[in-house]
Amino acid sequence: MNIFVCVKQVPDTETKVVPNGDGTFIETNAIKWIMNPYDEFAVEQALLVKASNAGSTVTVVRVGAAHDTEALRTALAMGADDAILVEGDDNLDSYMTAKALKGAIEKSGKSPDLIFAGKQAIDSDCLQVPQLLAQMLNLPSVSVVVGYEGDSSKITLKREIEGGALEVYDCSTPAVVACNKGINTPRYASLPGIMKAKKKPLAQHSLTDVGVSPEDRRVVYSEFHLPPEKPAGKKFDAMDEANQAGIVKEVVGLLRTEAKVI
Amino acid sequence: MAKILVFTETNKENVKSVSLEIVGKLTGHEVDVASVGDIGAEGVAELAKYGAANIHCLKGDKLDEYSPEGYANALKDFISSNSYDYVFAGSTPTGKDLLPRLAGMFDAGMASEVTNFQFEGDEFQGTRPMFAGKCLCKVRIQGPKPHFVSVRPNALGLSDSPTAGSGSKADVSSSAGEIRATIKEIIKGASEKVDLSEANIIVSGGRAMKNAENFKILDELAEVIGATVGASRAAVDSGYAPHAMQVGQTGKTVAPSLYIACGISGAIQHLAGMRTSKVIVAINTDPDAPIFTKADYGIVGDLFQIVPILKEELKQLLN
Repeated sequence: MNIFVCVKQVPDTETKVVPNGDGTFIETNAIKWIMNPYDEFAVEQALLVKASNAGSTVTVVRVGAAHDTEALRTALAMGADDAILVEGDDNLDSYMTAKALKGAIEKSGKSPDLIFAGKQAIDSDCLQVPQLLAQMLNLPSVSVVVGYEGDSSKITLKREIEGGALEVYDCSTPAVVACNKGINTPRYASLPGIMKAKKKPLAQHSLTDVGVSPEDRRVVYSEFHLPPEKPAGKKFDAMDEANQAGIVKEVVGLLRTEAKVI
Repeated sequence: MAKILVFTETNKENVKSVSLEIVGKLTGHEVDVASVGDIGAEGVAELAKYGAANIHCLKGDKLDEYSPEGYANALKDFISSNSYDYVFAGSTPTGKDLLPRLAGMFDAGMASEVTNFQFEGDEFQGTRPMFAGKCLCKVRIQGPKPHFVSVRPNALGLSDSPTAGSGSKADVSSSAGEIRATIKEIIKGASEKVDLSEANIIVSGGRAMKNAENFKILDELAEVIGATVGASRAAVDSGYAPHAMQVGQTGKTVAPSLYIACGISGAIQHLAGMRTSKVIVAINTDPDAPIFTKADYGIVGDLFQIVPILKEELKQLLN
């Protein structure tokens, strides 16, 4: 089977994010980049499928700036066979990203049997690319997947919806599967894995190579700014049991009369 | 004046509140509503109250149950034959899954999960959080129409003074087309309550809950005020709560009117998921916990002592 995994490189969750000087994006100089956490589940699922289907290959594809290749190196070290980087800005929109992924997959010459992705990237949180990619490739897709079973022609997927309820899908392949936490436990890259990763093939394309032009931009982001700081709230010391009833009464009163939320 | 379609999901008789938020906010435009399946009389009346002109219920073979392809195919045909400028939907589990595929069918752009928007003439301009709310930015859409927009539930709020629309309902005979991913079963979740991402009040527990059993005291508090219970990543990673309950950058992003954080220190990735809550109450024994910097009302105290008192106090007030 030809298995593809789409990964994105995002700022570490603990990173402080600040807008750049002209507000067109964020300051990217001091950022620590990591693989989008949901994409780790996608890589792991691809490796699990590969392990039970002899002769399969796992190709990991990323669209983004070339300044750091942390996400692709991590995926290769976990066990992916080869990688494709489509070099582009970090602030492409979902449409351009999906179109670039489609172009890169087609350019690889391998017809995809399965495409895995994370359910969302934690930087832009658009939740668009897996479904868009599926539509562009005329494939079915299931998103927010927390359970995976299947063989080479049919898969059964559990998709998480409201209140932790699950939709169970029968889906034909090829298909796009967008993974959520809970589908598996991603492996750590081993030291030999990291060493081997250095020798694995990494193809590099420009956006033009994969058929994406500036005219493909559909969504324009501007005026990046920090959210307004909340004024300092009221703080009450209720460590002493004697004060607790009074303080709780006061806070409940404030919730009703001042905040008007209950 | 733009011609706008709002896709709404139905919940038996009612429509989701986020649909009413969107319709109410679009006053001044020509606003139609479409659902797949029927909308009951009560839902129709509510949509009309907030300004819906025509309400279209798409019906057909294989459209009784959700499927990304079936819904998208049916809506695509309907939208094409009515030339809308914009298509809006709530950023709910279904909206998030469906709308990108639908936008893709038109080669059109989509602004995801905006928290506010306005129109300059017919031109949409939205505001949305980026990097899980650590930044905000403006968002515009260009290229082929219709343009697609999903809106975060609870972010707009319901219009105080809506202008009513005619709300005339009609069935539309629709085709689901080819469906390759089909739902064969729905497994009920542990909670029948409103989903975290749409909840108006959330009570969340952190590492200080100590174990899964202790979440019972949060359930009891939630019961009294009609809240949904959430958890921090620390609590989920420690096995006290399932991931479906996680609030934060790698869980759900929420914007309730009231968020009560119990025993949550307020790691940056948790704050990212709940900082747009309208009012935040924090209960924590550590007076220096970062959660207090975001809290409107902070109670420095032991949650195991405070929460039961809070529950009783609220019970008295609300009864």
